[in-house]
Amino acid sequence: MYDVVIIGAGVVGGMIARKMAEYKLKICILEKDSDVAMGATKANSAIVHGGFDAKAGSLKALLNKRGSDMMEDICRELGVRYRRNGSLVLGYSDEDKKTLEGIMENGIKNGIEGLEIIGRERIKELEPNISDSVEWALYASTGAIVCPYGLAEAAIGNAMDNGVELKLNHSVRKIKKLENKFEICVDNEKSILAKTVINAAGIYSDEVAGMAGDTSFDVHPRKGEYILLDREAGDVVSHTLFTVPTKMGKGILVSPTVHGNLILGPTAVDGEDKENRKTEREGFDKIIAESARMVKNIPLNLTITSFCGLRSVGSTGDFIINMPMRGFVNVAGIESPGLSASPAIAEYVVELLENNGFKFAKRDDFNPYRESVEKFSEMTEEEKNQLIKKDPSYGKIVCRCENVTEGEILKAIRTNPKATTLDGVKRRTRAQMGRCQGGFCSPYIMELISKELGIPIEKVKKSSNEAYILSGRTKEDVHNA
Amino acid sequence: MRNVDLVIIGGGPAGMCAAVSAYNAGVENILILERDSHLGGILQQCIHNGFGLHRYKEELTGPEYAFRCEAELRKLPVEVQCNTMVTDISPEKMITAMSSERGIEKIGAKAIILAMGCRERSKGALNIPGTRPSGIFSAGTAQKYVNMMGYMPGKNVVILGSGDIGLIMARRMTLEGARVHAVCEVMPYSGGLARNIQQCLNDFDIPLYLSHTVTEIHGEHRIEGVTISEVDEKMKPIQGTERFIECDTLLLSVGLIPENELSRSAGLNLDSVTKGCFVDQNRETEIEGVFACGNVLHVHDLADFVSEEGEIAGESAALYIRNELKKSMHVPVVTDGKIRYSVPQIVTDNTKNIRLYYRAGAVFSDVKVNVLADGVVVNSVKKKKLVPGEMQYIELKANSVSENTAEIKVCIDKE
Ligand SMILES: Cc1cc2nc3c(=O)[nH]c(=O)nc-3n(C[C@H](O)[C@H](O)[C@H](O)COP(=O)(O)OP(=O)(O)OC[C@H]3O[C@@H](n4cnc5c(N)ncnc54)[C@H](O)[C@@H]3O)c2cc1C
Ligand SMILES: Cc1cc2nc3c(=O)[nH]c(=O)nc-3n(C[C@H](O)[C@H](O)[C@H](O)COP(=O)(O)OP(=O)(O)OC[C@H]3O[C@@H](n4cnc5c(N)ncnc54)[C@H](O)[C@@H]3O)c2cc1C
Repeated sequence: MYDVVIIGAGVVGGMIARKMAEYKLKICILEKDSDVAMGATKANSAIVHGGFDAKAGSLKALLNKRGSDMMEDICRELGVRYRRNGSLVLGYSDEDKKTLEGIMENGIKNGIEGLEIIGRERIKELEPNISDSVEWALYASTGAIVCPYGLAEAAIGNAMDNGVELKLNHSVRKIKKLENKFEICVDNEKSILAKTVINAAGIYSDEVAGMAGDTSFDVHPRKGEYILLDREAGDVVSHTLFTVPTKMGKGILVSPTVHGNLILGPTAVDGEDKENRKTEREGFDKIIAESARMVKNIPLNLTITSFCGLRSVGSTGDFIINMPMRGFVNVAGIESPGLSASPAIAEYVVELLENNGFKFAKRDDFNPYRESVEKFSEMTEEEKNQLIKKDPSYGKIVCRCENVTEGEILKAIRTNPKATTLDGVKRRTRAQMGRCQGGFCSPYIMELISKELGIPIEKVKKSSNEAYILSGRTKEDVHNA
Repeated sequence: MRNVDLVIIGGGPAGMCAAVSAYNAGVENILILERDSHLGGILQQCIHNGFGLHRYKEELTGPEYAFRCEAELRKLPVEVQCNTMVTDISPEKMITAMSSERGIEKIGAKAIILAMGCRERSKGALNIPGTRPSGIFSAGTAQKYVNMMGYMPGKNVVILGSGDIGLIMARRMTLEGARVHAVCEVMPYSGGLARNIQQCLNDFDIPLYLSHTVTEIHGEHRIEGVTISEVDEKMKPIQGTERFIECDTLLLSVGLIPENELSRSAGLNLDSVTKGCFVDQNRETEIEGVFACGNVLHVHDLADFVSEEGEIAGESAALYIRNELKKSMHVPVVTDGKIRYSVPQIVTDNTKNIRLYYRAGAVFSDVKVNVLADGVVVNSVKKKKLVPGEMQYIELKANSVSENTAEIKVCIDKE
């Protein structure tokens, strides 16, 4: 039996796992997908929000500020890319200026420092490519960017290094409340017992709550589509640029990413299907039109990919973090700014349990540090040469677009949480993420995965078990045809 | 740090032929850096025939063609370092390279020849709406799986784009036991060679849909089908023409782009049409002593022309090292738009005949291609048919232009 079972290996579940690993607890994370960070955590804007726009007094506002204050240190401990680049909310008229002043006032209520309304000239100094129609901006110096799936992977990897178990391909189907414990039924597996259950199941958190008998809220998906441009376009802007927000969210943004790409999006389309991550032509058109209103001459010909994420919009309008029955904690409706708030959400969950009489004893051997898989790329030439001498696989570049070496790929396959798929390697190392999108290196990476895991190459998948890459040997079907 | 007279980056046909001609022109200290474990470049995976008709007067496969180039090279004391990736070139011709054996090393060169080849465009560049399942490959990646590794990427195939690699793969996949249901081409004509349309599609009854594109990708995990639509003259999908085709594989053959990240790091500007460097008739770039040839300069359809360009670059590099490279003028070569581009883009000496390589921007029949020097026709050739998929050349005869010429123009004239 586990002391704690966390359902969901997104950034929220991951941060909670890492926080709880500080205590003497037997912990397990259950994740339905074949890898961590496959939900909202892998497809979002990657912004550590300043925290000025969440409604003053809400849980979102409280945890956003707290999380964004913690983020830089956490990223340092976990070796995750983070950059405080500052953000600008753009206005095009005097009316927009009033809206910006309103947001600033709200931000001050939230305790956010470094907010300022600036005029066209200052904006132009900060962002030379800004479009001519921009008149005003709210400047937030605390805005930052982070690698969201990198953060989740690192948090979970670090938790695992500290003893937490991760069970992938474990979809929770039923939860039975027994006396002082829960029985969790998982697809095709023996059921799992836990004293405490944390529901961090993202878009499915309402259904997981329902399994335990809590039907007090629901969560619906709101699609957000993106276009990602090559690193060559990464310096078109240096700050994160937003437009004045609407009821549906923060509007389209234009931002550099921590890896130097340029990201455009997201759209905001409400839906019902929790698996619909299709991108649509209308979405692309909207992103292109709105980003053009913000920034001049965006080099769309440098587009390398597009993708879609689903926001978990909760029915209460705020984060839903509560304990509907003793030992069962909901962490639901974690839409934006959930990534920014995630370290604070983890602390809040522990506080919630402690305030309800749970007593956890701290371990004295908790290690908060994790070495990044990407560390090689940040080394000096001398350090690199030393490492190549010790381990020649670091001298072999596999992904030529992003300059990722065999050593880094092997490290991603060997360190917690271990990459087992092409997409898993991609998110951990950036190999296949560049301009050629894996055209050159994916066959080679398949060979590495196959060798390391001891499986035939046809069994290497892109992501899920059904997402096979090779259908068999050549000429197999010639005679049957 | 090492110092070498001539460093050649890339060991495909361009790089190998450049090395041979540079050596024959007197350069003794030559180093080829190749990131792959073997020489040969993209030819290694092109196991079909059709190579070498011009150069060797026979039909070779890609590996055979590469082997001939390599055999000539291996007779000479040219140093070849494989498994070595060049990661940077400075404008001062300092090269940074990385390998397991030697780590990161700096190599100073008197002259450099860029011969890095090209890569395929990816799906991202197209922004096809829909899901993001597995089973979408660039045609070249599929070619690698099939021809080099012996694996099938799938069994029911749709191919987007009718470039040569796509056409070749339509035939290959069929021969290996897959069914190719359609080749879609967004343009009203194919970008591939006429012989490939005949031998790879028509001979196998594979339908080619011109003015069609893929407008949606279906399938959660593995691709399950595509929607294709007809497009109008502006290449916008026409509503009501959508058609679903079931497939487990989508191959993309939507164009090749020269691999010029290194050129850019050296500070070289790129031609917005060819996506390669600007060069003169010696294939010298805007940086003195840096030359470019093969697919890194402009995408070729025939390896024969790649080899020839390699030889020009190799010989020029030798002259440069001996300080004998002649430059007596600086005359830009421009085109009229109907001709999409021509290479070289600059003429710096005209004591010899110069071949101006060009590609048409659309299909033209019964036209004259003219070379004008400040508006005066200095050469003219009749062409029954010009298609974008086939590179052509026209001579600029010796002494056609002088240092007083302002502009050379390659253009199309109706007969
Ligand atoms: C378009 C978009 C833009 C955003 N932009 C930002 C931003 O810029 N800044 C910011 O701070 N926040 C942003 N967010 C919000 C942020 O991405 C989320 O708040 C955060 O990723 C939520 O993490 P999570 O772990 O709760 O959810 P997820 O990452 O979705 O993780 C939930 C996990 O639970 C698993 N699961 C579900 N059901 C089960 C089950 N039955 N059994 C086992 N496992 C299960 C899922 O597979 C999934 O892995 C954005 C979100 C979206 C969608
Ligand atoms: C699929 C396909 C089918 C074809 N079919 C035909 C045909 O039927 N007939 C015909 O005549 N022609 C054909 N061609 C065209 C012809 O083969 C090519 O144009 C020719 O091989 C290009 O030669 P290259 O040397 O310029 O480039 P490549 O052969 O691509 O060689 C470039 C080399 O540079 C290396 N390199 C790149 N970057 C670096 C770096 N940073 N450091 C070190 N090394 C580097 C690469 O590894 C590669 O080996 C075909 C081409 C393709 C792709």
